[in-house]
Amino acid sequence: MSEVSYIQRPNRPLHVYALGYLAFLYIPVLFLPLFSFNDSIYFAFPIESFTTEWYRQMFEHQAMHAALVNSLKVGATASVLATVLGVFGAKAVTRYRIPGKKPLVFVIMLPLVVPGILLGVALLLMISRLGVTPSLYTVTMGHVLICTPFAMATLIPRFEGFDRAMEEASADLGANAWSTFWRVTLPMVFPGVVASLLLCFTISFDEFIIAFMLSGTDPTLPIFMYSQLRFPARLPPTVALGSIIIFVSFLVLCFALWLRRYGVEESASDGVRP
Amino acid sequence: MRANDAYISIQGVSKHFGPVTAVDDISIDVRSGEFFSLLGASGCGKTTLLRMIAGFESPTRGEIFIEGVPMSQVPPYRRPTNMVFQNYAIFPHLTVSKNLAYGLRYEKIDKAEMNTRVGEALEMVKLGGFGARRSHELSGGQRQRVALARALIKRPKVLLLDEPLGALDKKLRADMQLELRALQESVGITFIFVTHDQEEAMTLSDRIAVMSHGQALQIASPKELYNRPVNVEVADFIGQMNFIDASVSRLSGERAELDTAGLGRISAPAGEASFFQEGDAIVVAIRPEKLTLSVERNDGREGVQGVMRAATYLGDRSHYYVDLPGREEPLVVAGSDSGPTDHDPLERGSPVRVSWPDDALVLLPRDESGASASPGDEASPGSRAR
Repeated sequence: MSEVSYIQRPNRPLHVYALGYLAFLYIPVLFLPLFSFNDSIYFAFPIESFTTEWYRQMFEHQAMHAALVNSLKVGATASVLATVLGVFGAKAVTRYRIPGKKPLVFVIMLPLVVPGILLGVALLLMISRLGVTPSLYTVTMGHVLICTPFAMATLIPRFEGFDRAMEEASADLGANAWSTFWRVTLPMVFPGVVASLLLCFTISFDEFIIAFMLSGTDPTLPIFMYSQLRFPARLPPTVALGSIIIFVSFLVLCFALWLRRYGVEESASDGVRP
Repeated sequence: MRANDAYISIQGVSKHFGPVTAVDDISIDVRSGEFFSLLGASGCGKTTLLRMIAGFESPTRGEIFIEGVPMSQVPPYRRPTNMVFQNYAIFPHLTVSKNLAYGLRYEKIDKAEMNTRVGEALEMVKLGGFGARRSHELSGGQRQRVALARALIKRPKVLLLDEPLGALDKKLRADMQLELRALQESVGITFIFVTHDQEEAMTLSDRIAVMSHGQALQIASPKELYNRPVNVEVADFIGQMNFIDASVSRLSGERAELDTAGLGRISAPAGEASFFQEGDAIVVAIRPEKLTLSVERNDGREGVQGVMRAATYLGDRSHYYVDLPGREEPLVVAGSDSGPTDHDPLERGSPVRVSWPDDALVLLPRDESGASASPGDEASPGSRAR
């Protein structure tokens, strides 16, 4: 007889599998920071000596700065727009009786499964038909399109997770719809709003295909990095940049996960629900 | 449609949700300062009616007047009503004080008065010192008080309560019932209280509307509902009741001769019951506690001979189940515990006599829809015992 229950019994092959799985996922990524400090322009072993030269070069590279600023602008604008649309959309589908609600949500969620290349080509065809010049604005619009489903998917559970009697209580106490939205609805879905902003920003920040199709003369960071790969001498600074992005993404992701958990704990302790 | 003298006048109100009729042509007048309950099983439309008074739903037909003003064009945030929600709906992102002050922002009062009123409201519900807490730091009973204070601080003309005691345990519930009644008497405003618990409604209310399938079956005081139900459904819902099929064999002035299944031929006061004529099939209803059990063959009162089937002991009283000839279900007789058991005639199978005073018999119309006069499993031993 074993001391622990069947489900908790140690399972050696599963441990090995789990470790292998994690290694497969993350070791390639970890090569980036490793080589970013390697004093050689060749991306190969053996590691020669430690240097911060590539980071210095990267910080001094003007075109890289411009691309980074472009990406930050696009990411910030697209995430805010997508989240605003997501808040309104999530409120609508969770609060109102809308005819054809299910098909509507399906259409909103569709960009999640449409291949990026198709969306990119379609958008490019459309804007050139309309005579719009590709620019950061068109990239932003494209990113809003692909981010909105993520914003909706993040926000709908938040809206579903709180008792709609809260909003009725607010109206009952004298608040009109506008006041109720600001004083009750928004504060209660706020963790979801922040999570949505972070998620949309991350998606926009590393999106390649749509940006590639729609960006015109101002590249975003992924486009810029891709263009750098053609010059062997430009590779190490790009790797240094990649390492910083990994680090920052890691922090943002941890924050977003923490927020999500915070939200769950809060609503769980509010307990009473019909 | 016009307003009348009643404080709240619900006139011919119906509510349809698609093909479903939640509220079906209800008219109720509630007096000022009254504690009025809407009582019914879940799905009877009581909460929908309450939500229409609050303004969260609008009637499909009919009109609700408060102090003579038609409410259909008035949004919830402008109605002179406030509501205590079933799950209290306390804003979790605000402290107790801020919850109470929430609605005061929409009244033209300054900060100092706002604080005074919040303080008073906290004292009123005995939550002084809890102002800085949040909803998850409160017990169920405390949340209930916060919800009550948050509604009353607005000094509404009507307080609407949607099963506010449903989430509390039994002991706390009894305490809160007393407090609620005391509070209503001290603030003197009209309460409309929704509940599925008939005991709660009886304890608290001045008047009760018994609802079923969107209709108000009877609107009366608790006493009248208990003693003079108007039909089998109300009689069955309020307390425990024996139902006996009967037919009217002779009607002479004040009295009716009835042929019953189980009690034999009996004579009952016809009273104002003008719904039947000679030859009609009706139902006789008798409360278990109005029946008396004895071992004597004849105590001079009207009665019938039966056989003891079972007894259940409930502490403060006992229920005895007596088989009668010509009746499948046993008759339920309630007795105080010190009663018949003293001389213990009540072993299973022993013959007993069941008798009743004249005024115990309630004559009701036979339910058109149901063939049986005994809805539910009223008489099966122990099943409905409270």
